[in-house]
Amino acid sequence: MRTALFWILSVAALAGSIGVVGNVRNPINSALNLVVTMLALAGLYVLLEAQFVGLIQVMVYAGAIVVLFLFVIMLLNLRGSGTAGAEVQPLVKIAGTAVVAISAFFLLRVLSTGRAPWPDVDPSYGTTRAIGEALYTDYVLAVQVAGVLLLAGILAAVVLAKKRLD
Amino acid sequence: MATSTVFVALFIFALVVLVFAPIMTWVERKQSALMQDRIGANRASIGGIKALGLIHPLADVIKMITKEDTMPTGAHPFIHLVSPFIAVTPAMISFAVIPYGGTYDLWGAHFSLVVADLDYGVLYLFAIGSIATYGSMLAGWAGNNNWGMLGSIRVSAQMISYEVALGVTVIGLFMIFGTLRLTEMGMLQQETFRVFGFMEYLGWVEPGTRWIDWITLPMWGIVLQPLPFFMFLTAMMAENKRAPFDTPEGESEIVAGYFIEYSGMKFGLYMMGEWIEVVIISALLTAMFLGGWTLPWLPEERLIAFLSPSFGANIANLLAMLLAVGVFLGKVIVLIFFQMLVRWSMPRFRYDQVMNLGWKILLPLSLANIVLTAVGILVVKGVTGR
Amino acid sequence: MGDISPFQFQVVAALIFMVGVVGVLTRRNVIVMFMCIELMLNAANLSLVAFSREVGDDQGQIFAFMVMVVAAVEVAVGLAIIISLVRNRDTLNIEDASQMKW
Repeated sequence: MRTALFWILSVAALAGSIGVVGNVRNPINSALNLVVTMLALAGLYVLLEAQFVGLIQVMVYAGAIVVLFLFVIMLLNLRGSGTAGAEVQPLVKIAGTAVVAISAFFLLRVLSTGRAPWPDVDPSYGTTRAIGEALYTDYVLAVQVAGVLLLAGILAAVVLAKKRLD
Repeated sequence: MATSTVFVALFIFALVVLVFAPIMTWVERKQSALMQDRIGANRASIGGIKALGLIHPLADVIKMITKEDTMPTGAHPFIHLVSPFIAVTPAMISFAVIPYGGTYDLWGAHFSLVVADLDYGVLYLFAIGSIATYGSMLAGWAGNNNWGMLGSIRVSAQMISYEVALGVTVIGLFMIFGTLRLTEMGMLQQETFRVFGFMEYLGWVEPGTRWIDWITLPMWGIVLQPLPFFMFLTAMMAENKRAPFDTPEGESEIVAGYFIEYSGMKFGLYMMGEWIEVVIISALLTAMFLGGWTLPWLPEERLIAFLSPSFGANIANLLAMLLAVGVFLGKVIVLIFFQMLVRWSMPRFRYDQVMNLGWKILLPLSLANIVLTAVGILVVKGVTGR
Repeated sequence: MGDISPFQFQVVAALIFMVGVVGVLTRRNVIVMFMCIELMLNAANLSLVAFSREVGDDQGQIFAFMVMVVAAVEVAVGLAIIISLVRNRDTLNIEDASQMKW
């Protein structure tokens, strides 16, 4: 069952990501393929027993970030600024990336041997309570810094996107 | 365990989709008619039997199924086809975590009245709620219509703004209950606390006074956090695009907004999704704030222990289960009634008023509520150690 | 977890990352390029969570959570920049924003 789920979700994620890159006509098709990829990745996280991270992936990525992308695409289309011109797909870049990918594959293969495959973890691994406790005891500085970063991001976005009043 | 899950899922489907949704359309028409001092829809009849207008939901369904299914030129065919389903699916799968009752032992089978007792139950609902944005947003864009696009932009802005308020509002409740699991929240709400207990700790009366022990209140969410109840209700109604927040489907402003290019059963699917979400809102509020499936001051173990000697353990469990489901549905119906009351009493908000309410009023209030709740918990813990 | 080895998760993450890189290099539409950057971030997250499960420690998940927070901020600011860019030049083609090239 888990094997079947893994294959289905992986293929969906890969198909979605190829759809993001390969959709030349319309950026909204790319955005929808991105949603499919995000949801498939969330499924993979839950398969890896990272329940909290999987839920946050759905809530934040699929539910807010891609909505923001779609919102901006619709806003810009309404203004009639038109789509990008000819999308060039130079074969050289694709071939180069493929070479790098294949060599990375062999490197990974070499590096990932000599460990027990899946150690048993206690049932509270990846639950909200465990991650919450870790975040607020060991990593509380990171949480505070993330708060400041979010505030800076909100201010930056509001200031950048405001219309000039001159 | 698996069979009980299937039963509960089928029960929910049969009840909500097949019974509640059509009856709610009838209730809305009759209730609004009563409030507005008119008769309401009463023309549909089968063979001369009018049945107070209850034939109308059937007539509506027949009308929607037999209407022509149009697709405008220049529309994106796949997204136009798929958006109604994207809108309805999150509403339906939200029912998976809502508990209709606790766990009962019936003739050896351990029956649990919830489809999926997830450890992170409420987070699942928020995640599904954020997916629901797509159904409405893509609908307006897929129709290749300017009014539709405007409706899409409005609806996506409104929904993502109120998601924030939705999440932050209930954090205080999670801090008090200490769990995200809805069944556990239902169990915790069965306890009672003494209202005037603080007098004993402050030394105003001697310990052991009788009358203090008699005045108790159940630990319902609404008693512990009254303001977040109303804030959550408001945020959920805005998230559901339900009046008075139905600017995106503004029937008199932008000609039905984002469902302008939908006819027939696809439009019916959007309407059905909205009604199912009304039931979800009521069910969620009941489970978290109004005590779930129990009556106040009557914990379930006491009831089962009370009934067991006279009826036997199995029948006592069965009676308790039926009472639980009945109480839950009763509370849900009261909240549905309340939501329809609000819809027909208030005029539609303007778009900037909607955004104002979401960002400038709900969010600061809910953040202040978190701080106050934290202070309250520390005080109570310090005094009683509980 | 059945007969899936941890290596397979890393392969999936690497493949998604590669697709994202190809996207950033070959696409000219600014918004699609940004989406490919998000793909790369997600691939890194998958790799982190898979390693976290393999080791049995949930530090990887906390790292992934922080990556999501940073990605959210980056998307907000990046889209604001894109909106200003489009407002000034009225084009979504990134080749038209090359005035600082040699």
